[in-house]
Amino acid sequence: MSAEPAMRAAETAGESIVLRVSRYLPGRDAEPVPRDYEVPLREEWSVLDGLNHVKDVLDGSLAYRWSCRMGICGSCGMTVNGEPRLTCGTFLSEFAPGPVVVEPLRGFAVIRDLVVDIEPFLGKLASVTPWLVRNGAEPPPDAEFAQTPEQLGAYKQFSMCINCMLCYSACPVYALDEDFLGPAAIALAQRYNLDSRDMGAAARFDVLAAAGGVWDCTYVGECSAACPKGVDPAGAIQQYKLTAAMETVRRFLLPKGAR
Amino acid sequence: MTAPDDTAARYRRPVPVLWWTGRRPYLLFMIREFSSVFVAWSVVYLLLLVRAVAAGPAAYRGFMELSASWWMLALNVAALALTLFHTITWFVVTPKAVAVRVLGVRLPAFMVAGPLYTAWIAVSAFVVWLLVR
Ligand code: SF4
Ligand code: FES
Repeated sequence: MSAEPAMRAAETAGESIVLRVSRYLPGRDAEPVPRDYEVPLREEWSVLDGLNHVKDVLDGSLAYRWSCRMGICGSCGMTVNGEPRLTCGTFLSEFAPGPVVVEPLRGFAVIRDLVVDIEPFLGKLASVTPWLVRNGAEPPPDAEFAQTPEQLGAYKQFSMCINCMLCYSACPVYALDEDFLGPAAIALAQRYNLDSRDMGAAARFDVLAAAGGVWDCTYVGECSAACPKGVDPAGAIQQYKLTAAMETVRRFLLPKGAR
Repeated sequence: MTAPDDTAARYRRPVPVLWWTGRRPYLLFMIREFSSVFVAWSVVYLLLLVRAVAAGPAAYRGFMELSASWWMLALNVAALALTLFHTITWFVVTPKAVAVRVLGVRLPAFMVAGPLYTAWIAVSAFVVWLLVR
């Protein structure tokens, strides 16, 4: 017997797993309703592959976001069996025999099915001045802006963020107060604050130390546990609390001109 | 293709009042927060002891009797357990909050937490020595 029929036999006899997908169509549904889809359980299939199977074969009306399917673009974050996960990096076999419950990311308003509104998140990212601020000291365009490995090491971890929003979804403070600046935005601020080429720390202080900033964080620590990129936003926030406290004292003690 | 309808209703999942009971890490966090009450109680208890000592032998004896009552013992055993929980969980997370860099390299977690445990043991040993000497 050749290998091919044997493989096909395994696949037909093969197991399947139930994806319990949250469906929501504004105007029709008052709230999301779960719907079951049976998809093949293949060892190398991620939850995202399962969703793609649903859309291609079973129900083309399912809406969800994805792009790179390799943990880089950050668009496929969903709640899988209660946990915020990148669906392209989460395998169906982890949940066998199922069902696999797929819901939109918690903490965000649902637009349709598994698609959430990311506008508030984008606004938060933009609010921390996420670029190198030079205060008029721009080097000539052709100049190299070299850094030592140590200078790079000071912020590199915080530059690995893929904006997947899993950290927001894991954060109970954000769930209770959507004005909280949140883990990724604060980590992004630190990515620039700790960059030896940046001069924008004072401007960012006004956002980070204001209401909705770092002091809203109660250090649950779940953002760092959820992060697929090892960014450790909880660490970034606690470290900035120390910086912010010292800066507040400094501003209080020093006359305006000396700052 | 139609443009996304921005006026359409969005669904917001309500946060249940008991949101922290559903996941273990949330529950541990709430216990850590709640244990602060018992840390505060330990401070109050110490101040009461100091006050009794200052007020003379009779007051001190009264305080000792109060402390030996079953409910005060139960309260203080609970306070000890939760204060230990509070201390250890904070020492575990401190190295994340405090990034100590020496010559451009971040110190590993044990080198930040180590001195905390060492100081804790030293102070405890000193107190024990005071009591039993
Ligand atoms: S910090 Fe981590 S979890 Fe948060 S958005 Fe960035 S990559 Fe995602
Ligand atoms: S599809 Fe890009 S991170 Fe999952």
